[in-house]
Amino acid sequence: MNDSHRRFLQTMMYNAIVDEKGARSLYRHCCEIHNTQHTPGHLDKFIDTINSQLQPLFMQIRKGTSEDTGDQFYALVNMAVTDVTRMSSGYADNELELFVKTMDLIVGSENGTASSTDILNSADTLTTKKLKKSETQHLLSRLVQDKWLNEKGGEYTLSTRCIIEMEPYISTMYQDQVKVCQICHSIAIQGQICENPMCGIKIHNPCVARYFKGRPEPQCPACNDFWPHEIPEI
Amino acid sequence: MTQRKRLSNTPSSSQAKRQSGAFPAQDDDDDVTFTQPSSTQVQRGLEKLTPAQVDQKTAEVVQFFLVKAQKKIPIRRADIVKHVVKEYKNIYPEIIKRATQTFDKVFGLKLVEIDTKNHLYILVNKLDPVEGDSPISAPANPKMGLLFQILSVVFMKGGVVRENVIWNTLKKLRVDPGEKHEEFGDVKKVVTEEFVRQKYLEYVRIPHTEPVEYEFRWGQRAEIEVSKPKILEFLGELHEVDPKSWSQQYREAHASQNSSQPSSSSSSQR
Repeated sequence: MNDSHRRFLQTMMYNAIVDEKGARSLYRHCCEIHNTQHTPGHLDKFIDTINSQLQPLFMQIRKGTSEDTGDQFYALVNMAVTDVTRMSSGYADNELELFVKTMDLIVGSENGTASSTDILNSADTLTTKKLKKSETQHLLSRLVQDKWLNEKGGEYTLSTRCIIEMEPYISTMYQDQVKVCQICHSIAIQGQICENPMCGIKIHNPCVARYFKGRPEPQCPACNDFWPHEIPEI
Repeated sequence: MTQRKRLSNTPSSSQAKRQSGAFPAQDDDDDVTFTQPSSTQVQRGLEKLTPAQVDQKTAEVVQFFLVKAQKKIPIRRADIVKHVVKEYKNIYPEIIKRATQTFDKVFGLKLVEIDTKNHLYILVNKLDPVEGDSPISAPANPKMGLLFQILSVVFMKGGVVRENVIWNTLKKLRVDPGEKHEEFGDVKKVVTEEFVRQKYLEYVRIPHTEPVEYEFRWGQRAEIEVSKPKILEFLGELHEVDPKSWSQQYREAHASQNSSQPSSSSSSQR
């Protein structure tokens, strides 16, 4: 561990999540500033060194994939289960409860989205302390700003940062609901589902694009039924 | 964010609810109950704990500091003890020692007790700010430019400046403290409250003036974080003057550089 690692980590702390290309150039940049060895292609090794120091602190720089684009990202995640992390998240109890309800809606939906209307309605069922409509709206924009949720046209999805950090939690808490992508085997919140009721496997949109590329008659990789969805282009 | 749901299902949530709101309000009553344990007390305390327990507590303290430090507000010992250290307070010095080492070794940050009477801590960056662009930058904070201007004026005028001087300087830069600025908002509030809370500036009433007048000095964070030689260098370039021609400031800048500046060049060789 030297100052180039420390500078890399500090930048990760400011940004929380960085795409792979950004992480690569950041790696080179940090090595140049501190005159340390830079080996292109050794980014993961460089990060391993940081992670070995972060491990006793229950923190980690973890790699994951965007469900929108299929691009790789690095996120600084917190693995601690303590009062402190809970408290220091900057969110109050009822705000966290609303976030959990939003996750319930998103993970429980077929396409991995929740409308602002549904989220606002679920705010009425909070048990900790009710949130006014305007407070809920403000909270949602804060969650977007802090990179926990994405929003597009009033529809909310889980951000890449959220999925990277919470993947273990989502897999455990939503065991019966959450599906694993047939192609990449990571959890799939947004994606396409096979319409054969006996099959029903799920594939991320970018994985669909990659898998069916150049196949004129797309078939489900599990049951061989016709794949009826539009194949996205990436 | 993982932890939250699980935690709110645990028995601890009733206790947690009492301090609801993410950042519990600061309370002034509790530091009196805390006396710094002696080294033998710490030793005895450590013997009763497993290394894993001490590590865990250290990790919690580190996380607490990291989150609080994002807002640059000094952290009170009383809050650390009350909200994190809790029943481990008999080994508090040991935990702070280890947290200090972790900040140094892992994050390139220095934990500084800026006020040994009221026990306030801040985290200072040990890595030099880099000129030019980083491929991925920390979100730019335009307020830092404003702060730099003020610190420069105070430094060049010998360390203490009446507030009018500062407001007039800012007006020349088209930042009027009486008006809402599109980037800074309420300028007067940023300067006299935010910068003061963050310990970049001191804003003190001058005694026996009518009407009431205030003056500015450098705050403790500025003394540690901001490099006086760099200010001179910057002003020198701006006015096309050799910084050495400000002989008094030059001497002061390079004297304090050797003693109090904890940062950078020496530490980067580790």
